[in-house]
Amino acid sequence: MTTAVQPVAKQRLADVVFKTVSTTAGVLILIALAGVAIFLVAQAVPAIIGPLPGIDGGFFAWVWPLTFGTIWSAFLAMVMAVPVAVGIALFITHFAPRRLAQGLGYVVDLLAAIPSVIYGLWGITVLAPFMQPAYTWLTQNLGWLPLFAPPASGTGRTILTASIVLAVMVLPIITALCREIFLQTPRLNEEAALALGATRWEMIQMAVLPHGRSGIIASSILGLGRALGETMAVAMVLSSSGIISFALTAQQNPSTIAANIALRFPEAHGITVNMLIGSGLVLFAITLLVNGISRWIIARTTVKGGR
Amino acid sequence: MSKRIETNDLDVYYGDFKAVEGVTIDIEPRSVTAFIGPSGCGKSTVLRTLNRMHEVISGAWVDGEVLLDGANLYAPGVDPVNVRRQIGMVFQRPNPFPTMSIRENVLAGVLLNNRRMSRSDQDDLVERSLRGANLWNEVKDRLNLPGSGLSGGQQQRLCIARAIAVSPEVLLMDEPCSALDPISTLAIEDLIEELKQEYTIVIVTHNMQQASRVSDRTAFFNIAGTGKPGKLIEYDDTTTMFSTPKVQATEDYVSGRFG
Repeated sequence: MTTAVQPVAKQRLADVVFKTVSTTAGVLILIALAGVAIFLVAQAVPAIIGPLPGIDGGFFAWVWPLTFGTIWSAFLAMVMAVPVAVGIALFITHFAPRRLAQGLGYVVDLLAAIPSVIYGLWGITVLAPFMQPAYTWLTQNLGWLPLFAPPASGTGRTILTASIVLAVMVLPIITALCREIFLQTPRLNEEAALALGATRWEMIQMAVLPHGRSGIIASSILGLGRALGETMAVAMVLSSSGIISFALTAQQNPSTIAANIALRFPEAHGITVNMLIGSGLVLFAITLLVNGISRWIIARTTVKGGR
Repeated sequence: MSKRIETNDLDVYYGDFKAVEGVTIDIEPRSVTAFIGPSGCGKSTVLRTLNRMHEVISGAWVDGEVLLDGANLYAPGVDPVNVRRQIGMVFQRPNPFPTMSIRENVLAGVLLNNRRMSRSDQDDLVERSLRGANLWNEVKDRLNLPGSGLSGGQQQRLCIARAIAVSPEVLLMDEPCSALDPISTLAIEDLIEELKQEYTIVIVTHNMQQASRVSDRTAFFNIAGTGKPGKLIEYDDTTTMFSTPKVQATEDYVSGRFG
């Protein structure tokens, strides 16, 4: 009886080299992520467990208003940016003449290349003074809404201004990804809708948006990640006092984790450094959570057997 | 429910390129007309001009007339959306909406016109359309499952059900069986035979046996060479076309002596 011998695949040098390089690259990203996580946890532990001088209620009482401000400003930015981004992407892919579409796509991509410091400067010097009269009007006429509770900000450097700046910053990411996804809508599905007598907008509702749904969610989450972590523009624009408030146009505004770290780190020492790094750990956790939720949503909304 | 289609000296252009030249054809109501011819001869293009679907391709335009019971589809002020609501279309590859259930697929076109349809009317229409497409018995227990879970032949019959649910005057079919196996093809051909009682049907096919099996009249299109426009060579009763055609090119093509 002969024993079967599994044939040994020939090892080619190029394959071995490429496999090693790509494996190394894959492992490196894991090491980097683990390194950041270990650093954050190790540095945050003294602030989380230890007593904090001059702060009542410990670390979480201190970090909660910042967390609120971070999520609130990012949420406002998404509310403004996602509909506009989807609209721009639809216009570029399905309504604009080809030459205009190319130009517009290029301009939107250009928005992504502007450094956030520039956005911050623009927010302080242009947007805030421009919006200030509108804020005064809103608090005078819609002051009964908690969102526009008086007094109005005298400088215009409110959380709404910061969120508008954030919205403009995340717009190109969401637009570019949505545009790619809308372009991939199967022509067959578009024609099916048109042949049934759908108008262009009805065709978009029947074919393009269902096809792009998970992509819109995924690109929004990427944008949300940037809005949560954006530091410089918010630090410059927002006149913050670390309170918890839903008011959009008031003098006193919540701060965000990233902006707070940037503003206070240069003067921090001792346990304060640990506190700031601890707040960074919270931001890291929020971002991981957001990504996890988005994956869950995408998995849930993809129709079984579809596409 | 079924109307006559005529074209008068129809030229179709893509930008400056003349794709089809001088098509004059008269299609009887409640009949099946087959368009045959080699690839690139413009038969699909002509089919798509009959419900203005060619306009989906940018730069496509038409010179001439297409008359639906005497009314010109290309008269100024005619909305292509309304044209397509009267003239349904079935495509080469089955294309049910992937995110919609079988039921939603059937109702997709109807709900565009009439959003306030009662639930029981919807149920009736779904059953009637699916029965009309010979699909009811196969899917009646899973109307709420995605249409993309069906087999290719079933998907194509679902698309036919979707097209007839809006009660069109005319049904255009662009090689509806070319992506299907022989059994599914036979099912579609039987269905065409039944649908002809109610609808005017125009079908493009590469399969000459299919044309001779299902159609009453046959139109043969040909092209002189690359870059030249396609032309309607001969149009006659199917039996005549396949036995004693008047033009030599037609005889060569239907008997397979043509490249």
